[in-house]
Amino acid sequence: MSRTDVSEARPAAPAPRPARTRPPRTFEQANRRLKWTMLAPALLFVGAMIIFPLVFTLNLSFTDAFGAVNAGKKNVGLSNFTDALGDTRRFWPAARRTVIFTIGAVALETVLGLALAMLMRKAFRGMRWVRTVLIIPLLTTPVAIGILWLLILDPTNGIANHLLSSAGLPRQEFLGSVSQSLPTLMLIDVWQWTPMMTLLLLAGLTTLPQEPEEAALVDGANAWQRFRHVILPMLGPTLATALVLRAVDALKTFDILYATKGAGGGSDFEAETLNVYAYGLTFDYQEYGLAAAVLVLFTLFIIGVVVLLRRRAGKDAA
Amino acid sequence: MSAVVSPTAGRTAPPPATPPPGRRNRRRLYGSWLRGTTIGIVTLIFALPVIWMFAAAFKTNVQVTDPTVGLWFTPTLDNFRSIVEAGQILRSMGNSLLVGVVSTLLSALIAVPAAWAVGRFRMFRTGSLILVARIVPAICLLVPWYYLFAQAGLVGSYTVLILSHMFVSVPLIMWIMISFFAGLPVELEEAARTDGLTAFGAFRRIALPLAAPGTATASLLAFVFSWNNFMFALVFADDNTQTVPVTLFNFISYASTDWGGLMAAATLITVPVVLAAVLGQKYLVAGLTSGATKG
Repeated sequence: MSRTDVSEARPAAPAPRPARTRPPRTFEQANRRLKWTMLAPALLFVGAMIIFPLVFTLNLSFTDAFGAVNAGKKNVGLSNFTDALGDTRRFWPAARRTVIFTIGAVALETVLGLALAMLMRKAFRGMRWVRTVLIIPLLTTPVAIGILWLLILDPTNGIANHLLSSAGLPRQEFLGSVSQSLPTLMLIDVWQWTPMMTLLLLAGLTTLPQEPEEAALVDGANAWQRFRHVILPMLGPTLATALVLRAVDALKTFDILYATKGAGGGSDFEAETLNVYAYGLTFDYQEYGLAAAVLVLFTLFIIGVVVLLRRRAGKDAA
Repeated sequence: MSAVVSPTAGRTAPPPATPPPGRRNRRRLYGSWLRGTTIGIVTLIFALPVIWMFAAAFKTNVQVTDPTVGLWFTPTLDNFRSIVEAGQILRSMGNSLLVGVVSTLLSALIAVPAAWAVGRFRMFRTGSLILVARIVPAICLLVPWYYLFAQAGLVGSYTVLILSHMFVSVPLIMWIMISFFAGLPVELEEAARTDGLTAFGAFRRIALPLAAPGTATASLLAFVFSWNNFMFALVFADDNTQTVPVTLFNFISYASTDWGGLMAAATLITVPVVLAAVLGQKYLVAGLTSGATKG
């Protein structure tokens, strides 16, 4: 999406504008009018449902909006921001968890996804079935996934602990404990989203030209050298795009966290990310002003991450 | 779900015309056997939790919480009977269907022409507006929406649910369709215009029919994401407009010991998704990965 707008290039000699009632003379004129007509509804929707609410959030973040939505609110300047940034009990731990969750889950998903994609690169019998199995976790309702893992990881009756103890390993608390909740949720995310990484990277791998690898093979490069020095560099743009997509989605994770750990991310806020925190501020405490400030900070953070990742990824990435 | 791949699955289809005898060939055979087995095991790991869920839906409550009961047991439909008799689940499925279909249709109606404009005229800078919509966390919109919709007294209505679900599907459909239209040769439409069609006529008669399969894929994905959406419905739905993820979530709080019922409800709402995955696997994968490799 980094190509310049070709449509902006005007014809060398601007033709006289035809009257509104007359049909346009050239394709370009017809196109120019039509393209904005075609875009208008979507732009209107994005403006009304996304841009305006975001601006409204910014506005709300400077007020003391609290309680009933009809209650009056007054401007309090930056105090919501200083409150949030000075909160070492909920805000900063939540921010830290958000970052840990995202980096941990996405890193694992990338490594596993890449390995699986390399494995599936050449066609094989049953490919169709494998791909079908891989998209099921992506499409399954996150709340259902959360409940399913609650059953599997149940400390006393779950199959996971049964398997662990029959393998002679110590039983685990998983989602039942404060210290294991976040790592467990990361593993659930890995289960759900590694297939997405695999599919994205597989799509990227199939578009790569064959010749460089064959040349490396002729030159005597072994499998790892071919992967490291030929395939990986060529796959770079796809890898970067997949990383950005996955990181953005992981930062926004809410459903599974809330379905398994509930409001506040558990008794000790152990699974509370910025998402869950902002949700609680809004709908459990009706602290709209403070919630808006947290969300503004959160949005700025996500935009920062995307800009950073895209700059590092170079121009080729999406 | 016959997820198990036979050990020979890894063998690449056509063997070389004159297979060189000896160690190298044998190594290749072992390599492909190893590859097939690894793929099989990994696939099984991804499939097993869902299989476990389906199995648990047909177990009695005693069997569900007994991990020694594996996949061999006498299935019962009691769980399904009890959750259907409890009433809410069928109504929620109806609500989810209504919200999903209407929000998807409306989204396609505004997103497909817009994607055509962006893809055909390479207005990628304008198109990147949808990237903004793609990266904004839903929670950032939930707060202002709730504040505004609650003031308007609209919370609990289908209208708000449909509008909020469109937040996901409009960017999704545009995202998929832009790369589709950008890849469509412009000559087809130009030829149609030379033959006397208007610009819009060329879009409607030429580009749109060609884009129909892509539109269907994008719409199916949008519907699935609407069906799965939890956060918006959690806030904007009331008892009458509740969608399936919320119903399932509410089950946890008041029926936390009824694992069989929970799994039956989870199965019931997952079955349409799995059906979509099995039937449209090829197209759904293409939809999910489009835009990621072409940029």
